[in-house]
Amino acid sequence: MSNLNNARKAQLAERFRRFIDPEYVISDDETLRPYECDGLSMYCERPMLVVLPETVEQVQEVLRICHREQVPVVARGAGTGLCAGAMPHAEGVVLSLAKFNRILEIDPLARSARVQPGVRNLAISEAAAEFGLYYGPDPSSQIACTIGGNVAENSGGVHCLKYGLTVHNILSVEMLTVEGERVQIGGEGLDSVGMDLLALMTGSEGLLGIVTEVRVKLLPTPERARVVMAGFDNVQTAGDAVGGIIAAGIIPGGLEMMDTHAIQAAEDFARAGYPRDARALLLCEVDGTAEEVQEHIETVETLFGQLGATSVRTSHDEAERALLWKGRKSAFPAVGRISPDYYCMDGTIPRGQLAHVLTEMERMSEHYGLRVANVFHAGDGNLHPLILFDANVPGEFEKTEEFGARILELCVEVGGCITGEHGVGIEKIRQMPVQFNDQELSQFHAIKAAFDPQGTLNPGKGVPTLRRCQEYRSIESTPEAVGA
Amino acid sequence: MSDISKQLQEQILQARQSGTKLDIRGGGSKRFMGREAIGRPLEVGRHRGIVSYEPVELVLTARAGTPLEEISAVLDEHGQMLSFEPPLYSGRATLGGTLACNQSGPGRPWWGSVRDQVLGIRLINGLGDELRFGGQVMKNVAGYDVSRLQAGAMGTLGLITEVSLKVLPKPAETLTLVTEAGMAEAVQLMNARAGEPKPLSAACWLDGRLYLRLSGARTAVDATVRQWGGELLADDQAFWQALRDQRLDFFESEAPLWRFSIRSSAEPLPLDGDWLIDWGGAQRWYRGDADRERIEQLAAAAGGQATLFRGGDRLGEVMPAQAPALKLIQQRLKKAFDPDGLFNPGRLYSWM
Ligand SMILES: Cc1cc2nc3c(=O)[nH]c(=O)nc-3n(C[C@H](O)[C@H](O)[C@H](O)COP(=O)(O)OP(=O)(O)OC[C@H]3O[C@@H](n4cnc5c(N)ncnc54)[C@H](O)[C@@H]3O)c2cc1C
Repeated sequence: MSNLNNARKAQLAERFRRFIDPEYVISDDETLRPYECDGLSMYCERPMLVVLPETVEQVQEVLRICHREQVPVVARGAGTGLCAGAMPHAEGVVLSLAKFNRILEIDPLARSARVQPGVRNLAISEAAAEFGLYYGPDPSSQIACTIGGNVAENSGGVHCLKYGLTVHNILSVEMLTVEGERVQIGGEGLDSVGMDLLALMTGSEGLLGIVTEVRVKLLPTPERARVVMAGFDNVQTAGDAVGGIIAAGIIPGGLEMMDTHAIQAAEDFARAGYPRDARALLLCEVDGTAEEVQEHIETVETLFGQLGATSVRTSHDEAERALLWKGRKSAFPAVGRISPDYYCMDGTIPRGQLAHVLTEMERMSEHYGLRVANVFHAGDGNLHPLILFDANVPGEFEKTEEFGARILELCVEVGGCITGEHGVGIEKIRQMPVQFNDQELSQFHAIKAAFDPQGTLNPGKGVPTLRRCQEYRSIESTPEAVGA
Repeated sequence: MSDISKQLQEQILQARQSGTKLDIRGGGSKRFMGREAIGRPLEVGRHRGIVSYEPVELVLTARAGTPLEEISAVLDEHGQMLSFEPPLYSGRATLGGTLACNQSGPGRPWWGSVRDQVLGIRLINGLGDELRFGGQVMKNVAGYDVSRLQAGAMGTLGLITEVSLKVLPKPAETLTLVTEAGMAEAVQLMNARAGEPKPLSAACWLDGRLYLRLSGARTAVDATVRQWGGELLADDQAFWQALRDQRLDFFESEAPLWRFSIRSSAEPLPLDGDWLIDWGGAQRWYRGDADRERIEQLAAAAGGQATLFRGGDRLGEVMPAQAPALKLIQQRLKKAFDPDGLFNPGRLYSWM
């Protein structure tokens, strides 16, 4: 850091310490280190400062100062994001919402909860449990990730085919604009008049404002849930079986698929009794009233049999249900055990394209000499290919990234998109021009400018500058790249 | 079935050049909503037809001018439905207008609104650029959610030309229970019932009667009917359709019609006049002459807002007053999409 920057840093830190507990204004290298990256640790940057304010007024003051001084501000929840969305800016401030961890109110009759942004996703359901209620979206990271981060990424979970994403499960947010103005978006009713700003804020990756409070909807906890596990000797058959369930008019609570590599890794890790010889595994959870579950489970079992499953097993109690899910839920760490590193992708595709996409991916896997395991939110077409690599081998991460980029391009080619739930951040900014043309990207920039004309909220994330797009496109069209 | 998006784009570019304001019209079923329209008509009704429909993917894409009735008929053949139960307004309601006005029916609290089910759109902005946002897949978080932003914007951000939606299977069985209840008791009951894990799919109160609709697996609906008790409503479908389309007698008067969108459990609001409660308490219709200021105050105290939905003075504001910071954001967004203010000027607010 240059002397000039050092002076600026010292001066800013000193100003923040006037109104924030000095301990919560972090400026030394060692304490800054844990903030260098989010869940995508390949992307790292040391921030100038980290602040952990404790009141909304303090956050407002931080924003006012940064706005005046044109200092970049990067909001941070739990740092579990998988797109480097919370990666710091070298000349900026990381604004951690970690201290905002209180559940402010639960309204059991109206079925909603008002919470601070740093509350962990699972903590909401835990607090609502005594009323027979829970919060719907359940990302696999739910023990750690925060509701503020969930709103910023529009996070989903294994139950979102039936219960929706974050955008479907929140009623309002209180946010601060880049100038530090407090704004209430939405209310306690189900909608507000005028353009849907709540939807716009959801998934905006910390680029439009800082969320300081969220009102979430709560759902009644289903009476029962049971899961059917089915093995298949071919991916296409499994994909068609998913269509078969839906065509029968059943919307399962969760409908997940794993390919043979993921099955092996998960079974080694969790010993859930997955059929090791299967080429694809489906987990289909049905929830609802006791009668409904009974009726639908029978239908699902029969359908799987008719649609070519080689093995079918249904959970009979909560312990067995938990065991069958354990393999799926630990798929990421399980894959982590069979490879020094892995890289998780997040494309979506129309379900009908699954077999084609997996075959293509297999081909690319051979081309790049990198293994890939697939877990798939099959109900809603959200694919998570995990590319296995070793970061200690020079050049292997670069190769992995290129492989990942090809997978996302393939998703767009078949009518899907580059990210279903993890967000763009820095990681997928190069693929944005594959999904959007310059006019569309310009519209995104105009939206950003409507909120943040100087561009100091989470700069460099989410939407690429048009100049950079042109560079990417010209690189993409060089002959070597096409050959991949 | 025709694609006239190029002509529409041409008309927008011309309007931009000549500085003409545009009044977007689909089926004309919602002319009574919002403030009085001004500008040269931009007719979208001929831009119609289903572009694609994949029942097993649960996704349908149609041009904005497609009548909902046409879409529902096709879905019906495959045992599927528009789960947000939009008002059809004598068959004139189109897909684009329904999204622009964010119109959803009785099932909305359980099955989601039109905004919830939108997956992607095509939109021509005020520069005349035809843009695509979202897509035809359930999950898509690339870029800002411009598709859902349109819900409630009443066409002020651009011309929606195509919409992709998530559709859902029709429930195997539907039954409706009716019980006598006063308004306060009904609010309490419908909220309590909504907190139970039962297949509730609509809850409405009108004229001293509480209507609870159950939809889902046959066994589940039957068991809940036995547990909850009440009288079964004959021809219940007709009742819910009339409620959805605002055709019940309640809607047949000249008095101004207000729509409250508030906390579902809010106690009955102390305003003289007629009330109809829908959406399990979260949407309440009021017919009466209470003054605007009082209405807005009461709505805010109940955690929400009130709109002058039909009748009354359509030249004044019909939407609730916006906080200054919120107003500024909306004005800036309007500029970001429609810098020359071509689309539906003043339809939403006098100042936009
Ligand atoms: C093992 C693992 C499993 C995962 N599984 C899933 C899954 O199943 N589904 C899924 O959707 N995601 C999943 N994720 C991704 C991640 O957990 C989610 O994106 C989550 O919402 C991030 O929350 P966070 O609190 O960690 O946010 P962070 O990572 O801290 O931040 C994420 C983004 O939100 C912004 N942000 C944070 N707080 C605020 C705020 N208050 N106001 C404005 N902007 C803010 C940040 O600037 C950043 O851009 C997984 C991650 C891991 C590591």
